[in-house]
Amino acid sequence: MDPVINNTPAAALYTKTLTHSGMWSGVISRGKTIRLTALEAGANVGLLLYNADVPSERYNLPDTLKGQHIFYLRHPYCLHSDMGRVLASITADTVGWHDTVCGASDAKLVTAKYGDKNYQTARNDYHRNARDAFLIELTKWGLGQRDLVPNLNLFSKVVSDDEGRLTFVPGNSKAGDFIELRFEMDTLVVLNTCQHPLDPDPQYHPRDVRLEVFRTQPPAADDACRRSRPENERAFLNTENYVALRTP
Amino acid sequence: MTTSLLSPANAIYRHVIPAGDPWTYEIKRGQIVRIVDVEGNQAADTLFYDAHDPANRYSASDTIQRQAALYLSTGTKLISTQGDELLTIVADTCGRHDTLGGACSRESNTMRYSLDKEYMHACRDSFICGVHAWRPELGKRDITCNINFFMNVPVTPDGRLTFADGVSAPGYYVELRAERDVVCVLSNCPQLNNPCNAYNPTPIEVLIWK
Repeated sequence: MDPVINNTPAAALYTKTLTHSGMWSGVISRGKTIRLTALEAGANVGLLLYNADVPSERYNLPDTLKGQHIFYLRHPYCLHSDMGRVLASITADTVGWHDTVCGASDAKLVTAKYGDKNYQTARNDYHRNARDAFLIELTKWGLGQRDLVPNLNLFSKVVSDDEGRLTFVPGNSKAGDFIELRFEMDTLVVLNTCQHPLDPDPQYHPRDVRLEVFRTQPPAADDACRRSRPENERAFLNTENYVALRTP
Repeated sequence: MTTSLLSPANAIYRHVIPAGDPWTYEIKRGQIVRIVDVEGNQAADTLFYDAHDPANRYSASDTIQRQAALYLSTGTKLISTQGDELLTIVADTCGRHDTLGGACSRESNTMRYSLDKEYMHACRDSFICGVHAWRPELGKRDITCNINFFMNVPVTPDGRLTFADGVSAPGYYVELRAERDVVCVLSNCPQLNNPCNAYNPTPIEVLIWK
């Protein structure tokens, strides 16, 4: 694994701690970096990204994987849109493996796994699921079911054997682990801290996660993420052309 | 690997899709659709939708999660974004189909191969025409991560994605039973930059039985 490079300044523009399977969405502009920190071991962050101006352009699982010949994400890889561009780059990462393929839990899965705990009985400890959390936040930006696509599960690791059978790997992240995403385009970020859908832990136990946003430097010509693969160099060029045409 | 007892002579529908063309067709609940790799190692990029609710569509991640498996073959249930079973694979002479590799697009070709490949015909343009043939109000938001029938994209235990030699051959087929009324939008892949199809896109045939 490449060394962790921490580019972020000391003072965050914005800080928020997500508790209780918390969810969040916001537009973060090009040139800013989000840091997500696991405050307990075993965290999971379901993440989707959309072009803030034209949200039909969004994080794309196949282009991200086949552009980089990988099945998971870590520094110095990038999160590609479906339009040949980079939405965000992983500029720092203490974890080393983030799941890309397992998607979101839904109400049926959460009830089957953890039992039914509704708001009437549990108040704000009621059981949330990732699919509903994505839909709640997406709807606030005028998006919805048609915009549900395979999401990332940051901090979680799932491996495949030669036959394609998947196994969740416990203990992939510890308290204090973090990942930083530098945005290369103005991006709508939608996330939640529901547990990974294949996490075999029978206990409903969403972990707290801190979210910080920093103003950072644009990528240099020798940027590790840009240079990580020729596909990424071309995707950065496509992104810069797009930004040049849009910028007044 | 499982074969089918169905006879093409009894099919109620039979159609050859030339390379580079889209195909849009409704398959009723209980009907069986067979997709045939006529000349071998051709990618059939395929999307499925609930015929009565286009937002309830095939979901690669829900299908992978439900089965805790990456590859599609006999017995795999194709799961929608709302968690419903759209179709079940009931026969498969190929043995393994991909749902991680997605579809080519003119934009992704510039990223993957070269900026000057932008002019080349690509699946996601065919998908746009294919969904419009069903409902003109649908658009890019409705085009999601697809299945690549007959393609082999192995993942190694250490997490690398590889593009292996084809596991398909002339005449290999996959058969699916519709668990509800579904619309299939298929792009017979025109990709000329990928060795998976020996740089030679060829026809796909579809047959339907009642």
